[in-house]
Amino acid sequence: MGHLPPLAQWLHLDWMLVIVAGWLVVSAAGVLVLHRFALVSRVLFPIGGLFSLAIFGVALDATLNAPEVAIMPIGLPGLPFHFRLDSLSAYFLMVLGAASAGISIFAAGYFRKGEGTPPGLLCLEYHVFLASMVGVLLADDAYSFMVMWETMALSSFFLVTANHRIPEVRRAGFLYIVMAHIGAIAVLLCFGVLQANTGDYTFANMRAQVLTPFWSSIGFLLAVLGFGAKAGVLPLHVWLPEAHPAAPSPVSALMSGVMLNSAIYGLLRVSFDLLHMRLWWWGGVLLAIGLATALFGVVFASVQTDMKRLLAYSSIENMGMLFVGMGLTLIFSAYDMKPMAALALTATLYHVASHSCFKSLLFLGTGSVLHATAERSLGKLGGLIRTMPWVGWLMLLGVLAAAGLPPLGGFVSEWLLLQSFLFTPGLPVPVLTMLIPVVAALIALVAALAGYTMVKFFGVIFLGQPREEKLAHAHDAGGLERAGMVWLALGCVALGLLPTQFIQLIDPVTQQLVASGLGARVGASGWLLAPTSLAQASYGPVIFLLGILASFALAYLLVRKFYHGRLRRSLPWACGFPWGSARMQDTAEGFGQPIRQIFEPFFLMQRELPSAFDEKPQYRVKVEDHFWRWVYEPITKLAAVLGRLFGLLQQGRISVYLLYSFVTLVVTLLVVMR
Amino acid sequence: MSFSGLLSQLLEIIIAIALAPLLTGWVNLWRAWLQNKSAPSIWLPYRLLHKLFNKESVIADNASTLFRAAPYVMFGCMTLATGIIPTLSTDLPLATAADAIALVGLFALARVFISLAAMDIGTAFGTMGARREMLVGFLAEPALLMVLFSASLISNSTSLTTIVDTLGHREFAIYPGLALAGVAFTMVSLAENARVPVDNPATHLELTMIHEALILEYSGRHLALIEWAISLKLFAYSCIGLALFFPWGVAQAQAPLDMLLALPVLVFKLAIGGFLLAVLETVSVKMRIFRVPEFLGTAFLLAVIGLLVHLLLVP
Repeated sequence: MGHLPPLAQWLHLDWMLVIVAGWLVVSAAGVLVLHRFALVSRVLFPIGGLFSLAIFGVALDATLNAPEVAIMPIGLPGLPFHFRLDSLSAYFLMVLGAASAGISIFAAGYFRKGEGTPPGLLCLEYHVFLASMVGVLLADDAYSFMVMWETMALSSFFLVTANHRIPEVRRAGFLYIVMAHIGAIAVLLCFGVLQANTGDYTFANMRAQVLTPFWSSIGFLLAVLGFGAKAGVLPLHVWLPEAHPAAPSPVSALMSGVMLNSAIYGLLRVSFDLLHMRLWWWGGVLLAIGLATALFGVVFASVQTDMKRLLAYSSIENMGMLFVGMGLTLIFSAYDMKPMAALALTATLYHVASHSCFKSLLFLGTGSVLHATAERSLGKLGGLIRTMPWVGWLMLLGVLAAAGLPPLGGFVSEWLLLQSFLFTPGLPVPVLTMLIPVVAALIALVAALAGYTMVKFFGVIFLGQPREEKLAHAHDAGGLERAGMVWLALGCVALGLLPTQFIQLIDPVTQQLVASGLGARVGASGWLLAPTSLAQASYGPVIFLLGILASFALAYLLVRKFYHGRLRRSLPWACGFPWGSARMQDTAEGFGQPIRQIFEPFFLMQRELPSAFDEKPQYRVKVEDHFWRWVYEPITKLAAVLGRLFGLLQQGRISVYLLYSFVTLVVTLLVVMR
Repeated sequence: MSFSGLLSQLLEIIIAIALAPLLTGWVNLWRAWLQNKSAPSIWLPYRLLHKLFNKESVIADNASTLFRAAPYVMFGCMTLATGIIPTLSTDLPLATAADAIALVGLFALARVFISLAAMDIGTAFGTMGARREMLVGFLAEPALLMVLFSASLISNSTSLTTIVDTLGHREFAIYPGLALAGVAFTMVSLAENARVPVDNPATHLELTMIHEALILEYSGRHLALIEWAISLKLFAYSCIGLALFFPWGVAQAQAPLDMLLALPVLVFKLAIGGFLLAVLETVSVKMRIFRVPEFLGTAFLLAVIGLLVHLLLVP
């Protein structure tokens, strides 16, 4: 160790690896103080959060730098880990650092004594999870990538099953681990295709290989399957609404807000970095999958009655949007339309960041609500903005961002995406030119439905009258929880108000992947975001916000100057009906009813309606997913049948097994002799 | 930002705020006449606003800050909306901050706030109104966006000022796509402004109302601001329609004096538009709430078809 260079000469990558090592130390410390609750939550988690901030800082600095590589002789002999930090991974690391910093600070105040897993073990799993996600983003060969990918899946599996005494949680965990491994196999096979029989699994070698269109397509489709399973796109989505809500809220936030990004990263890495050719129909495949996923996700989100499941479906929707963005980028770059590809890719990457911010924020908020009320069901919440003002108002910011409303983060990415749809002249295939506006129409529909869903989410939880007695005593989030949420809410606001500055960070990534960027053009127009030209389209969120605020303030002052500010409190008017109770508000089912009716073919619904003569009238509606019935149930049945057939082989008598060995030997010998 | 730009911007907002209640009064006047009723004064909306501002505001015991802020937010959004739609001039500094997509976002922001405020008290009508308003919204919003996209494709820009500049100063040509978009836009604006056949601004019948249910709990100055904002919304939608489909007479950046002419032209166009709206409202009947998705779905499809037709015909 005598030849370590001075600190000033350390590369960004070195710092990253040091931070990862720091996380591992924190997790080991967690094991040492397994049951010392205060130590784990008040010391170790904040330290982990500081490391996240450090990742954010280093990655922010590294986006503009040339790629850095490192080879670490850990792992198997002769198979060292290759690491590489380029603009793409630096960008995703930055998002990871920013989101996980808020989540870790929140987690420090969140975990309570005596919930399932001991705190030290949670600390271990949590920080190994973080470290493995960083590892995935840094990996530069298939071997280390797969090791990190599997560590990520396993550590998050243990986090999901933290409350393993509940049977549903165990079921969710099982489903998750199965789907994660199906995805992992596809990713592994994809790398197998990409190395083109050279036996060298480094990404550098994969970049050097030139594949035929056929093998490129196979590799791409395997990547879509593998990373799509992680992102929860149709039809591989079933695990997501089970697993994400089952985990403790900070972990849900980490999984939805951060881990899903690793799937997007993987797909970008394979299709824009490792593969050389891009065919237009690849983009078509991604567009189709993405649209179906987005529409499915948002429609299902709007009928959910469990607040965390609602958010999980909303994650599915956002992953669909990201797939649409990537599909569009692929189409444009297949026809070598670089500025358009850069625009679509910028929209995608922007959405990655804003989704991380608002989804983490919303999941953390549900955690605070859960702690304050012990309720996840929307039907038993209500009116919490009065007892939990901090959580309520911070969540309002997250909800507005998630609904894609200006001037917050979600709107900018939606705006950029619609811009890239709109100006698609010059695509050589007329069918595509015709199809793309239809896709834009569906995107607009999805965005509007997201608004509906978010109004339902916020309105039912935080507004109205409390639907249960105990909600009147709900306590607001503690200091650390607030700090974590404020950090993420600031992220949502900053992403909404400073798009030109943020796009400068995305510019190196688009330069790397599609050899063009928006940075120069956007930078030229100052505070206005004008991706093509000022005459074509521009958006200035700061002026936009100031315009609304100015007119808000003027109206307020003028009304008070010319009239008065008298206010009287009284009973609600409600058309003069005095017996209104909390039970008469819309429930979550009620709010979702129009969607259930309009999008009826999407659902598999079972309804039990009470008749007039019921002694105890009951209304029950069960909304299920067609995919579960028509895709997964047949597969599970097939697996059961196959299992029984294999069971026939196992007689449990040693003579039979000896017979098998003997027959195998004879057959092998016959094969060898020929 | 030039001085004339600033001037036209301010003038446009002030004229919109001042004229919007008049447009509402004008529509109500014609509606009453066409339905063979004796009409209220055209100045009634102003008197109503004055009366409401004078009254004290009575709000429910459990109303939160959100409830009290929402009317101001809605008013702010609508004021900004009238500031970015070119009505008198295309030399608008604010219009660079928000294009057609942001305009749709602006309307959505106002809608989300007022729906949340309606859910805040927790009465049966409030939540019902919020649900129905969002139902209308999520169908109308993409349709409006598609209409604006049709115009954007013609002018190759989503900036509203560029769209009006291009449409107003090109050679006269008939765009079949734009005609379909026009039909779709009419349907959307009927729905968005809570007009017959989707909603009835004159009704307070509990089970049929949408918009009135939303604002049932408001009174005094809050209600006045909301009513004013609703007038502004009608004004803004009328101006979008005029800007997209009858864009003649709007002053350009190089000719600030044209604004003197632009104002009477605008008033004339709005008067015709208001009359047509009253006719439309008189000849159609209010539909059941679950026919509304079909109505708006049709508008959405028409808008998309308009877009496709445009792409087919203009290579």
